[in-house]
Amino acid sequence: MSFREHHELHKRRFGRNLGVALVLVSFIVIVFGLTVVKVTRGDYEPENASIQRDQ
Amino acid sequence: MSDASINTQARASHGDAEFGDYFALLKPRVMSLVVFTAAVGLLAAPGSVHPFVAFCAILFIAVGGGASGALNMWYDADIDRLMKRTQSRPIPAGKVTEGEALAVGVALSGFAVVMLGLAANWVAAGLLAFTIFFYVVIYTMWLKRWTPQNIVIGGAAGAFPPMIGWAVVTGGISIESVLMFTLTFMWTPPHFWALCLFMKSDYKDAGVPMLHVTHGRRVTRNHILVYTLLLAVVAIGMAFTGVGGPIYLTTALILNGLFVAGAISIWRRDEEISEADGYKREKAFFALSLIYLFLHFGAILTEATLAPYGIGGW
Repeated sequence: MSFREHHELHKRRFGRNLGVALVLVSFIVIVFGLTVVKVTRGDYEPENASIQRDQ
Repeated sequence: MSDASINTQARASHGDAEFGDYFALLKPRVMSLVVFTAAVGLLAAPGSVHPFVAFCAILFIAVGGGASGALNMWYDADIDRLMKRTQSRPIPAGKVTEGEALAVGVALSGFAVVMLGLAANWVAAGLLAFTIFFYVVIYTMWLKRWTPQNIVIGGAAGAFPPMIGWAVVTGGISIESVLMFTLTFMWTPPHFWALCLFMKSDYKDAGVPMLHVTHGRRVTRNHILVYTLLLAVVAIGMAFTGVGGPIYLTTALILNGLFVAGAISIWRRDEEISEADGYKREKAFFALSLIYLFLHFGAILTEATLAPYGIGGW
């Protein structure tokens, strides 16, 4: 039996690797999205930042 | 056939699980209830959060709930092998090892709590951490194998998600969120005990001290009735709080009327009658319990959705 032959095992491993890849990509998208939302809303600005800007 | 092929087949059946097998560790059906009740808690809360933050918060609550499911499967692998209902779970089925389930559970628990804290607030994250701790340590490791009241106190773990959803928006706890918790908390015992009445051999075989195993079926039927009556008081009383309204009140009156009638029917029956018709009433009561919780939270959601148009609420 050749090692290159496609076994059911390879299909399972491929599916698992694909699943992990999708989870990781989703995680990146979520962290990026949360960062955009929080920065846009000014969650990370110091509390007196608006006062300083007005001055 | 070469040695290589033999080794390959041996590994295929042990330790080369599919992605879906790891996903099954998270108890997707339980997770769907967690997602729904947490979403209702979040949407019914006064105030608002950014829709993307809300989506992420629900996702992290679901992952946290799933992680506690994986830890439950890790700890309960020995009794899961004995019960018909749980024999097809990934560990007893030989698809995932106990160590893998532990690793998935611990990693996802930490991930979910930290991410919820960063995305929403640390009150919500703290409640999620407590929920995981309660389900895994208090319920799975301690109460489940020790007391017939396991399901009563352990039910609290499944009741926290609406409180967490509420905390995501408000950053705190209020009477409405505690009542949403109480609704699920009081619903869990009659829901599970009805299941136990017609799945009788499973828990007995595994030596889990469920009420019907330790105190008998008559006592279990009595308990179902008492908890159903207490649940009706909580469910109808909630109609007069900030999350209630005429739609919720109507839903609660109808559903609790049916639920109490079902509990009385179970209470009036004995084993002889139940066995004769294949536990028809007990099964119907269990099916109703699923709709019961879904419709109560659905009514809360409807009230919250209609409130901005001046229709929902009092």
